[in-house]
Amino acid sequence: MPHKTFMWFILPSALAMFLFIFVPIISVIVQSMHIEHEQVLIEVENCGPFGCTPEVNVDQEAMRQLREEQPLGRFNGLGTYTNRAHLAFDEVGEAWATQDTWSGFLSAVYNLPFYKALSFTLTFTFVVTPLVLLFGLFIALGVNSLPRVFKGPTIFVSLLPMIVTPLVGSLILFWMVDAEGVLGAALQNIFDDNSLSLKASPWLTWVMLMVYGVWSSTPFAFVVFYAGLQTVPEDTLEAASLDGAGRWQKVRYVVFPYVAPLAVFITLIQLMDNFRVFEPIVGFSAQASATSLSWVIFNDLRGGDVQLFGSAAATSVLTICGVAILLTPVLIRTWRDFNRKRV
Amino acid sequence: MTKMTKLMGATAVALTMGAAAYADGHGCGAEGRASILSNDFAAVNAVSAGAAECEGADVTTNATTEHRDIQVAALTANPAEYTVAVVANSSIVALLNEGLIRPLDDLIAAHAPDIPMNQRISVGGEVVAIAFMANAQHLFYRSDVLEAAGVDVPTTYEEVLAAAEEIRSQGLMENPFITNTAVGWNLGEEFINMYLGHGGDFFEAGSANPAINNETGVATLEMMKALAEYSDPDFLTFASNETAAEWEAGNAALGFMWGSRGGPILDDEGSTEEVTSTTVLAGAPTVAGGDTPASTLWWDGFTVASNISDEDAEASFIAMVHGMRDEVVSANNDAAVWLSPAYKPGPAAAGVAATAASGTKPYPMIPFMGLMHTALGNELAEFMQGEESAEQALADVEAAYIAAATEQGFIE
Repeated sequence: MPHKTFMWFILPSALAMFLFIFVPIISVIVQSMHIEHEQVLIEVENCGPFGCTPEVNVDQEAMRQLREEQPLGRFNGLGTYTNRAHLAFDEVGEAWATQDTWSGFLSAVYNLPFYKALSFTLTFTFVVTPLVLLFGLFIALGVNSLPRVFKGPTIFVSLLPMIVTPLVGSLILFWMVDAEGVLGAALQNIFDDNSLSLKASPWLTWVMLMVYGVWSSTPFAFVVFYAGLQTVPEDTLEAASLDGAGRWQKVRYVVFPYVAPLAVFITLIQLMDNFRVFEPIVGFSAQASATSLSWVIFNDLRGGDVQLFGSAAATSVLTICGVAILLTPVLIRTWRDFNRKRV
Repeated sequence: MTKMTKLMGATAVALTMGAAAYADGHGCGAEGRASILSNDFAAVNAVSAGAAECEGADVTTNATTEHRDIQVAALTANPAEYTVAVVANSSIVALLNEGLIRPLDDLIAAHAPDIPMNQRISVGGEVVAIAFMANAQHLFYRSDVLEAAGVDVPTTYEEVLAAAEEIRSQGLMENPFITNTAVGWNLGEEFINMYLGHGGDFFEAGSANPAINNETGVATLEMMKALAEYSDPDFLTFASNETAAEWEAGNAALGFMWGSRGGPILDDEGSTEEVTSTTVLAGAPTVAGGDTPASTLWWDGFTVASNISDEDAEASFIAMVHGMRDEVVSANNDAAVWLSPAYKPGPAAAGVAATAASGTKPYPMIPFMGLMHTALGNELAEFMQGEESAEQALADVEAAYIAAATEQGFIE
């Protein structure tokens, strides 16, 4: 393809990527390096239905002038990234200096909001992703060996968790695991413990969120693997049978190699999806025990009456960095495979 | 008769003597746009519906529980997307900080000179909002359960604990106490209530520096923990909807809940005769021998946007005043504790009236209070779960607040 034709061919995509990916990321980075102007406060008398009290207020005139001069606010460099709400260099350094034991240091770090969110996010990602791959493959193998009549309905039912909106799905489960709900009451009966509550224990909340994560993502892996299984050549499978291979050996030596590239694809998508876990935390009201990076961003913007744009932007940039780091090994592997095939 | 109803009586007399343009349902002659952004509950919706009846004005409403999150962006636009924002004493601060609402003094003088002084919310001598209802968290109790347990109606939190222990030990209820302690806004609000009840100050005088990591703060947290011992183990997920439902299901006998939930709980829907006939609303308890009840007073009122034409501002103001007229208040008497003179307090208002009459402090209208509230809501969960000490929790709150307040320019 001549270079000129190629340029015109790629131009619409390049333009769209520039407008919808590059520009927003740059704007987030710029936002994350700015904080609000220093507020000019004045003491005023506030009156209402319950009497008058002297209180401080923001001086509108002075602030308007400041904002007109510098609409973005004050430049803060990487200050927001290193403060306590994010990477917390000072606090981590202090914990390192004052704590004698590893466990003391780790619990001091875990007490910081960013690291607390990061530890749940990473645990969720690395527990849910392999389980989704595993269950997805086994369900696909199971469905594939069903008689033709049952295939359609089974596939439909298996896809349901993915069809349900994540927030709605998690809310339904949240009510089911309530002490008065079907699952919650059943668990209390089984363990004969009236105070057993999945929502009260931090440990059980983590388990509950991960079970939900596996439940809602497995259909995606199943569908992709199932599509892949349809392309496994019958000849090779028959040849394997003639060679005396059992069911497991056929799966191990014929099916696995065929679906391996799909596993890489699912891993990529799942790593990205699970790293930005958010809906189940809101749906399960799990903020007390589990927070994720996405939830931290949401909380900065929607947690109170005042929005912390700089803080939210900094966490967003850190999340982008996190996704990039997570995906690097998978991408390097794919690139190697690609090069090997070309040669 | 409580102080509040006395006040209302006095203003009623003043009102009947003056020209009653404010109270009069007719003569709502306004021309222009009135677009209302408000929370979504019965009393606010009644006012909006009343405003929509104003002839001449082009009234549209958006009633949503997400109103706090869109109000700043919506009113920053020029012209503003909404001409009226219905706010409470916490959510008005975000609008005040950005200068997004206009002083109402001229409009009051021209169109509604009779609005009682206690409904005018003023900041630095300028009226910035007109309040139409009051709200507060206060005690709900089940008279039959207290009677069976043989305890008097508690007036202090120490008595609440004793009564809860009595109810539990006699096997009447396992978890008799209930309040809104969901992590986030609700948990922060409970700390603020209890801390004010202990007589604490949130900030160093005259500055934005936090001052909660002290003995008062520790005592506050210990009381909250003690109460949580008598609450359902899921208490960190309980917000107003959950607590009201638990109460209506008859699962609690001592509650600290919002006055605005009183009407819906006492009505004949969603509960049994046994619960509704024995539920009594009383004033908020005091704590640790203090005189101030451990609660905060709230108002809901309307503000008019800055970034709109004067005609639209005038139309919006006239329509909203029309929406608060006596007929609207009378027709929705039990939906809220109205500040209007036309209001006749019923049993659903008894708790708020008693709480207001006993000297409860209003929720502080301070520019950086919202940041403190958010920090409290996020950082106290681990203490409530028993995973960290009260001192550590308070230190975390202060550190989280300082990070946010520095970013917002309140602290250097």
